[in-house]
Amino acid sequence: MRKIRTYQDVTHDTGSGLLEQVVDQQQRLADRLALVRSVVAVASGKGGVGKSAITANLAAALAGRGLTVGAVDADLNGPSLGRMLGVSGARLGDLPSGVAPAQSPSGVRVISMEFLQNEEDAPLRWREPGMGGFIWQSTLETGVLREFLGDVEWGELDVLLVDVPPGTDKIGRLLELVPEVDQMLLVTTPSETARFVVSKSVRMAREAAVGTVALVANMVGHTCPECGHVSELFPGDGSKRLEEESGIPVWAEIPFDPRLGAATDSGTPLVMTDPDAHSSRAILALADRVEEHIGIRGDDTAEGVDS
Amino acid sequence: MKFLCVECDKVMDFAERQIPGDGTLAAVFTCASCDREVAMLTNPMETQLISSMGVKIGGREVPAQPMELARTSLEGGRDDAFVLSEDIPLASGESALASGASAGAAAPVRVVWTPEATGRLERVPSFVRGMVKRIYTDWAREKGVSEITPDSMDRARTELGLEGM
Repeated sequence: MRKIRTYQDVTHDTGSGLLEQVVDQQQRLADRLALVRSVVAVASGKGGVGKSAITANLAAALAGRGLTVGAVDADLNGPSLGRMLGVSGARLGDLPSGVAPAQSPSGVRVISMEFLQNEEDAPLRWREPGMGGFIWQSTLETGVLREFLGDVEWGELDVLLVDVPPGTDKIGRLLELVPEVDQMLLVTTPSETARFVVSKSVRMAREAAVGTVALVANMVGHTCPECGHVSELFPGDGSKRLEEESGIPVWAEIPFDPRLGAATDSGTPLVMTDPDAHSSRAILALADRVEEHIGIRGDDTAEGVDS
Repeated sequence: MKFLCVECDKVMDFAERQIPGDGTLAAVFTCASCDREVAMLTNPMETQLISSMGVKIGGREVPAQPMELARTSLEGGRDDAFVLSEDIPLASGESALASGASAGAAAPVRVVWTPEATGRLERVPSFVRGMVKRIYTDWAREKGVSEITPDSMDRARTELGLEGM
């Protein structure tokens, strides 16, 4: 049988230019992020734990301190960050150097798929072909996320927050694009199911050597709007158990507060309207931790995981 | 992806790309040693997979535009999603001096759009119009074309391989 050289054997380029184009894409992204001091991913793996509401409030809290803050809504299929930051329906500037992001009333620069879609109830759909989406859809959505990160004219930022949709694969998608995520906040709840799912994300973040990884325990008890008494929402202590098992610190315990949801629904994060609310105080404390770690890579702290 | 001429044991070189408009793609590769040609034909799903990467077989005639993938791939893009920068006004006869491709050039060519060219551009969906205008303007500047007319748009389309623009 004759021997045919393998792909790896053949070093000569075909002139089709694919590799160069991919390298160009990566370089454009790297150039854009070079102006960002800290990329902070707000992720979980689990859905419905409050990632977007926490991202919106955290972004507003950091911007309120005078930091320059950008926010990427990486949830292309269920965008909500623009709405929560009060820039629903914003128009984007079409500049030669990139796309100018929306600017929220709280001073956060925002990009979201919501801004690009023509109907509020339109599910995310891509042009032809109608069949075989499973083959190319993930590639395309990764490409669009790359554009959100790299083609938006962010300018110089202290923090770029990325609201990562549910699924550990989505965390992997971000890490493919941005290998050096500086901080990853993994949002969980006290529920055992959340612990089970988020533990997978913890492992993924660790294996990817993310700079600093921290847990954010959300819906830790319910705050009575009348008396301020906090009662348990979940019987378990999954977030504490996750902290103990993983050694990843909990940076914030945010009580469930209907006002937090109502405020973000109205496009005004609660940290702006009621900074003294229990949940606001917890998020402002989280902002303290995030701010402390801006510009610090994980290996500057013990074992790459701050405590 | 490479093509090897088995007989010559040589890598075949990219020669030509054709996009017939039915979602498929043909890319021709030739062997520099024996001149043998092969055409790679991709079905719509395979074609989409390549374009989903934001790359073009055979290379790019124009640099990637900001959010090009999102703008060209999204079904139901919002017409008024993008506001054209003041540097690239749409109004007929106005200049487009500050386009990015000539950044750093000492004296960029002043490019004027005729009313006919502007009318044609206005038929392009606004979701991608700014991107398309910038491509034409950059082409004109590079070629030293000071006035963009429908004819020069046709020339640019041919030269740049702007299928569908």
